[in-house]
Amino acid sequence: MAELIIPSLLETIYMVSLSTLFSLIIGFPLGVLLVITEKGNIWERPLLNQLLNGIINILRSFPFIILMILVFPISKLIVGQTIGTTATIVPLSIAAAPFVARIMESSLKEVDKGIIEFSLSMGASIPEIIFKVLIPEALPSLILGITMTIINLIGYSAMAGAIGGGGLGNLAIRYGLYRFETDIMIASVFVIILLVQGIQFIGNRLSSIINKK
Amino acid sequence: MIKIENLSKSFKSVNNTIWALKDVSLHIKKGEIFGIIGLSGAGKSTLIRCINRLEEPTSGKIFIEGVEITALDKKSLRQSRKNMGMIFQHFNLLQQKTVYKNIAFPLELERLPKKEIDRRVDTLLEYVELSDKRDAYPSQLSGGQKQRVAIARALANNPKILLSDEGTSALDPKTTKSILELLNRIRKELNVTIIMITHQMEVIKDICDRVAIIENGKIIEMNTVEELFKNPKTSTAKSFISSLNPIDENGLIDPKKFKGTLIRLSYLGESAKQPIVSHMVKKFDIDVNILSGNINQLMSTSAGYLILELTGNTQEINQAIEFLKSKDVSVEVI
Ligand SMILES: Nc1ncnc2c1ncn2[C@@H]1O[C@H](COP(=O)(O)OP(=O)(O)OP(=O)(O)O)[C@@H](O)[C@H]1O
Ligand SMILES: [Mg+2]
Repeated sequence: MAELIIPSLLETIYMVSLSTLFSLIIGFPLGVLLVITEKGNIWERPLLNQLLNGIINILRSFPFIILMILVFPISKLIVGQTIGTTATIVPLSIAAAPFVARIMESSLKEVDKGIIEFSLSMGASIPEIIFKVLIPEALPSLILGITMTIINLIGYSAMAGAIGGGGLGNLAIRYGLYRFETDIMIASVFVIILLVQGIQFIGNRLSSIINKK
Repeated sequence: MIKIENLSKSFKSVNNTIWALKDVSLHIKKGEIFGIIGLSGAGKSTLIRCINRLEEPTSGKIFIEGVEITALDKKSLRQSRKNMGMIFQHFNLLQQKTVYKNIAFPLELERLPKKEIDRRVDTLLEYVELSDKRDAYPSQLSGGQKQRVAIARALANNPKILLSDEGTSALDPKTTKSILELLNRIRKELNVTIIMITHQMEVIKDICDRVAIIENGKIIEMNTVEELFKNPKTSTAKSFISSLNPIDENGLIDPKKFKGTLIRLSYLGESAKQPIVSHMVKKFDIDVNILSGNINQLMSTSAGYLILELTGNTQEINQAIEFLKSKDVSVEVI
C-alpha cells in the first residue's frame, strides 16, 4: 500500500506547495493593494480599490470545478497539457489567489492605524511603510492566513484529482470509487487528515512563537 | 519657530461639512512648551496633525523656521517631518519589535550604519532611563515605560520640534508627572520646542509656558500660563482652571448672603509672597473675613486667589480696594 500512498503524497505536496507559492505571488500584492488604496489609507485610490474588489469577488464566486475547466486553455498554454499533476497547479493557483488576497487584506488591516500614523510622522515613504511596518507587524496573522491557504489548497487539490490531477485525492477516487478498494481510499483520506492537522499545528505554533504582541 | 496663519480645515461628508478648524493663527517660539487645551471634538488633534500635515489643511499657511510646510511637495515634506518628532496617546509602538528596534526604526529609515544606530539608541535609552529594557517587547512594558520608548524614538533624529497629541492622557497622575518632567528636561537640555495637546489642565499648569484654548475649531483665548491663571477671560478658561480645584467658589459663595462687600483677589508670583491683606487691615478701619482661597503651583511661579468679605465704612472699603489695586493684585468686586 505504501508504494501507492507515498508517490501520491509526494504529488500532493508538489501541487500544493507550488500552487501556494504562485497564489501568494499573485494574491499577496493584491491584498496589499486592497489595503493601501482604501479610503483614508496611505495610497488612497478609490477607483482602483473598487475595481480590485469587484474582480476578486467575481473570481471568488466561481465554484472551483468550473474555474478549473475554464482555466484548461491557460494550463495548456503554460504547461502544454490540461491534465496531470503539473497542469493542475495552474487552476489551483488561480483559484486560490483571490482567496489569498482577501486573507492577506484582513491580516494587514489588523495593524493599528496609529502605527501607520507614527510611521508617516517619522517621514517614512509608502514602500517603507509596507515593508518595514505593515508586513512585519501583521506577520503572525499573515502566517495563519498562509496556513489556511495551504489547507484550502489541499482540499482543492483533492477535488482536482477527480478531473485528472494527481495526488492523494486522485488515488482515493481511483481506488475507492472505481475499484471499491476501500482500504486504499481510507488510507489516502487518513493521510490527507494527518497532513492538514500537521500543517495547522505547525502554522499555529510558528505564528504564536513569532507573535510578541 | 512655528507660525500658523489663518489655518482652516474642513471635513466633507456626503451631506455636510464639518469645520474642525476655523481661521487659526498662532506663533510658537523656539524652545517653548506651548499648550493647546480644549474639550473633546474642539479640533486639537486636527490642529497638531496639520503641523506635520498628517492632515492636509483646507486653507492657510504653516511656516517652520521660515519654511512654508504647507507648500512642500511629498518628498520635501517627508524630509521635514524628520525634524519633528511626534508622540501619541496610545504610544503607537511597533508591537513586533523590541524597544531597541523601535528606537532604531527612524535611524534605519535614514540608512545610518549599524554601529552609529547602536550608539545612538543606547544614548537615548539612557536618557529616558530604560537601558534595562533594551530587548523587551512593548507588551512587556507599563504605560509610562511605553511612552518613554515613544519619546526616545521621537527624539532619534534630533528633531527641533516635538508634537504631543494627548501624550499623557492614558497615564495615571504619578506617571503623568514623570513624563512631564522628562519632557521639561528635553526642552531644557536639548532645546526642543514642544507642542502639547491636552484636555487636562494639570498638564498646562505643570509644564507649559503659554497656552491656547480652542473651542469649536477656534482659538478663544491665548496667553502665558501665569496670566491665564491670574486673569482668565472666557468661561471655558475659568472652568478649566476650576477643574483643578473641584470646589468652585463661584458656585458656593452667594454674595447676597453676606452683609459686607465681597472681593476676589487674584495674585501671581511675587505679590503672593507679600502680606498685603495684613497691611490692608492695619491701614484701614475695616474687618476682613476670609471665605475661600487657593493657590496653584505653576512651572515658574504660583498663582492663586482669595475671596474676602470686607465690612465697615463704605469709604474705608473703597480706599482699601484702591490700596489693593496699587499692589499688583487684580481685584474684582463680586
Ligand atoms: N477624518 C475625519 N473625518 C471627519 N470628521 C473629522 C475627522 N477628524 C476629525 N473630525 C471632526 O473634526 C472635529 C475635531 O476633531 P479633533 O479630533 O481634532 O478633536 P479633538 O479636539 O482632538 O478631540 P479629542 O479630545 O476627542 O481627541 C470633530 O468634530 C471631529 O468629529
Ligand atoms: Mg484628539
